[in-house]
Amino acid sequence: MSYDGGSYDVIVIGAGHAGCEAALASARMGCSTLMITINLDMVAFMPCNPSIGGPAKGHVVREIDALGGEMGRNIDKTFIQLRMLNTGKGPAVHALRAQADKFQYQHAMKETMEKTPKLTLRQGMVERLIVEDGHCVGVITKTGTSYRSKSVILTTGTYLRGKVIMGELAYESGPNNQQPSIKLSEHLRELGFELVRFKTGTPPRVHKDTIDFSKTEIQPGDNKPKFFSFETKSSQNEQLPCWLTYTSEVTHQIINDNLHRAPMFTGIIEGTGPRYCPSIEDKVVRFSDKSKHQIFLEPEGKNTSEYYVQGLSTSLPEDVQLAVLRSIPGMEKVEMMRNGYAIEYDAMVPTQLWPSLETKRLPGLFTAGQINGTSGYEEAAGQGVMAGINAARKVQDKEPIVLDRSQGYIGVLIDDLVTKGTNEPYRLLTSRAEYRLLLRHDNADLRLTPIGHEIGLIPQQRYETFLEKKELVEREIARLQETKVKPVEVNELLAQYESAPIVDGSNLLTLMRRPELTYSFVDQLSPSAENLDEDMKEQVEIQIKYAGYIEKQLQHVEKLQKMEKKKIPDGINYYEIHGLAIEARQKLTKIVPISIGQASRISGVTPADISILLVHLEHYNRVTAARG
Amino acid sequence: MLSDTIAAVSTALGEGGIAIIRVSGPQAITQVTPLFRSRISLADAESHTVHYGHIISPVDGEKMEEVLVTVMKGPRSFTTEDVVEISAHGGIISVRRVMDLLLQQEIRLAEPGEFTKRAFLGGRIDLSQAEAVIDLIRSKSDRAFSVALKQVSGSLSEQIHILRHSLIEMLAHIEVNIDYPEHDVESVTAEFIKDKSTEVMEGINKLLKTSNEGKILREGITTAIIGRPNVGKSSLLNALARDNKAIVTDIPGTTRDVIEEYVTINNIPLKLLDTAGIRDTMDVVEKIGVERSRAAVVDADLILLVLNSNDELHADELALMEQFKGRQCICLMNKMDLPSKVDKETLLSFFEESSIVPMSILEEKGLDKLEEAISTLFFGGKLESGDLTYVSNVRHIALLKKAYRSLMDAYEAAELHVPIDLIQIDVRLAWEQLGEIIGDTAADSLLDQIFSQFCLGK
Repeated sequence: MSYDGGSYDVIVIGAGHAGCEAALASARMGCSTLMITINLDMVAFMPCNPSIGGPAKGHVVREIDALGGEMGRNIDKTFIQLRMLNTGKGPAVHALRAQADKFQYQHAMKETMEKTPKLTLRQGMVERLIVEDGHCVGVITKTGTSYRSKSVILTTGTYLRGKVIMGELAYESGPNNQQPSIKLSEHLRELGFELVRFKTGTPPRVHKDTIDFSKTEIQPGDNKPKFFSFETKSSQNEQLPCWLTYTSEVTHQIINDNLHRAPMFTGIIEGTGPRYCPSIEDKVVRFSDKSKHQIFLEPEGKNTSEYYVQGLSTSLPEDVQLAVLRSIPGMEKVEMMRNGYAIEYDAMVPTQLWPSLETKRLPGLFTAGQINGTSGYEEAAGQGVMAGINAARKVQDKEPIVLDRSQGYIGVLIDDLVTKGTNEPYRLLTSRAEYRLLLRHDNADLRLTPIGHEIGLIPQQRYETFLEKKELVEREIARLQETKVKPVEVNELLAQYESAPIVDGSNLLTLMRRPELTYSFVDQLSPSAENLDEDMKEQVEIQIKYAGYIEKQLQHVEKLQKMEKKKIPDGINYYEIHGLAIEARQKLTKIVPISIGQASRISGVTPADISILLVHLEHYNRVTAARG
Repeated sequence: MLSDTIAAVSTALGEGGIAIIRVSGPQAITQVTPLFRSRISLADAESHTVHYGHIISPVDGEKMEEVLVTVMKGPRSFTTEDVVEISAHGGIISVRRVMDLLLQQEIRLAEPGEFTKRAFLGGRIDLSQAEAVIDLIRSKSDRAFSVALKQVSGSLSEQIHILRHSLIEMLAHIEVNIDYPEHDVESVTAEFIKDKSTEVMEGINKLLKTSNEGKILREGITTAIIGRPNVGKSSLLNALARDNKAIVTDIPGTTRDVIEEYVTINNIPLKLLDTAGIRDTMDVVEKIGVERSRAAVVDADLILLVLNSNDELHADELALMEQFKGRQCICLMNKMDLPSKVDKETLLSFFEESSIVPMSILEEKGLDKLEEAISTLFFGGKLESGDLTYVSNVRHIALLKKAYRSLMDAYEAAELHVPIDLIQIDVRLAWEQLGEIIGDTAADSLLDQIFSQFCLGK
């Protein structure tokens, strides 16, 4: 039996971090949007660590915010700790990280979604897609309801054929004992999609009152925190600390004694796990020379006693988990509230996607988040916002928005996925970006707000504030350059900053290049008449101090963009292009790059192949032009 | 790759005449300007004018080469880009000096067929030629690839691998500090960066030192000496090299490997390869030698086929002649002091008269005729060096120097306490530049290094 549930412009399956961003973006761009999820209590749930941000990931949150997404605003409402990491390093790698109140985070997000016009939330399990004329035009749920739409976005996280594993125990399940999605996975295979099996895991949670914090080190938040969203100017949130302890030799002994019961080593786990997020048993085996490993104890919220044990991700049997916990200083009498587990799930081979995140095989179907082989809330949300934007633009008959590798970490992430694929759950690292110095978190708004505004996700008022800030920064840099100074005027102050005196006249911009001089030097000598806030001053300082390095990277970007602008027309048969190597033909046919730039990043495609492709395109263009 | 400036020697390699080095790209004029001293600055030169002057070292202004420089501004040039052509004396040393300086600028060595490709992309070459352009790129690249692979195997590549390994460990350390700020891994200090980069710079210096003596890779027209066992191949090599490198005996099958020797004949640089005698053999070791001989022949620019004129033509020899049809080959009739039993008619069906040289290697007779035959082929333009060793040499040296400079930048930045993520840019650049020498710039290996070197996770 089936009945008609109505029709929408866009349907989003799943309500995790990718699903929420996708649904909000689509609805805010004016598309009637339906979000269907197995359990509406799980909207924006954090099944693993109760934190958001850090290097590269924090950058992505700011990029989402600049594009008009929700994650930044939502965590600013619900954080219980904020810390700027890497402050001793260059500005490009300063990274904001928040501990979230995971319950409030969910509630705040759900509330925002419920209040968003054109967005409908519905509980249900999608089992099939409706395919007509080779296009995805809707979904059918377990209860037989069919919903029709012009685009569908799949954000299934770890639910597809999910399987929880712990010691000798294994059972079909989504995260945190949610129902898994079995039939949809089978249906995707029927439709011809190539799926892979990945694995991830989570540590146990323990009761706060059974931890002896005196044996651990306190890790407080920042006194004057910065925020993720460019809209957040202040917060009344009270901060909670995290706590640091270490595994002991006894811990390692217990693990080594129980390896025969660890699914990682007994072969029960088939999926590929992420190298950057190994389980504790993996760490103890692979790095046997390390006598201890860090363990961070993180509160999961203000109104809960549950603590997350970061560093102890494990799929050991429950009794071993408890013994391991109790071998750690400060946790001798700890009470385990939830055990850790490994979870296996199906993911799409992401090279089946266009850079817009639409599948090549089934037009109208988009995928985002963990289903595309990534891990992490931020990576999921970043894809979610892009999939939402592009699904909506498809409905509106507009060209997709694709960020390139110089525009944002989101661009790096998606380009890596669709061009190179991944053979393990993909995590963003700042080292994956070629232009790290350009992709700073302090300039995410400068990079992406204009795009967010153009596509209709950044309201006019915010855009004007942004333009004002941008102009003030530019004007201030110009002013500093024009402000000439003589030795007698500055040498005394320079001495205070332990900076060498000048002999001839100079200007403030030149002086600001010196590492030891901060903006306070300018404030003392010749303060701006404008009302510059701390962010603007920081921006001025960074743009001046790192101009040399920034300029070098910009030159590379110029070259990159020339290659990206050379579009490859649709429908090219690579097997008919004379001279291409066989491997290049196979790879190009599989990936179907949209530009020469993308083609050049496919492994196995050599510079000679690219040259040949360029010659072929020139030939093609001239012939096409001649035909008019 | 579309907008950078490229350079290559566009004339055949040799000691005689003039060599033309062509530079093309948006920065061709600005990048050559500081290297050229003349009555006027190259930057002010009008298009399609020729200027006499000197190529100078941009560091100290020392005159390096006397040259004529032609400026052709785009689109009125072969590639439709700005082109600078430098005509220098044709010798290897002088050409190398100029190329060396060019590649130290923001100029890279042209890929095979790249000038033609640019000319085509610029609309200079007729549409009907597209396929020919593709063939050119393909064949030259494949050949360059096989040569490049061959050349960097062995000790050079081993050295580069060691240096790159130090760099990637250093990079992994930096990256972990950045991406895992809360992990208890050792902090990267300025001292660490200075020590590590000094270590690698010293290694690069050692390599550069040998390169100055011309020994990274030696260059010349690859010439394979080939023939049946004991016809006098090694004696010929020795006679030409006036050296006793190959073991010469009268037991057939003594030379069981390919032996290289470098000689200059009438100012033409030759890289001589003495090969094991080609014959069917049961001896396992000799068999390997025979295989190598056959492989050497495949890549040779010139083949010297040695026959024993005192013997009738053997089936092996006829097979070889058949195989060399269409290749540049000189037939040497050794042991001319003894009565000839070779059928001249058969020979003439394979070789031109001028390519058949009677000689007695033992008595050192006829060597002058051989040298003359080689000269005729070379200066007659028939013998072109497909030898890319020379080219790789210049490229390797340029890349080594660039990597050195990048590490120096990193070192100096560390001294100024520049943040590590900025220093990383230069270290990474050095790693990529060294990687280009051995054709490996894959970024994935960095992640592999990070996760194998450090224990990370949540």
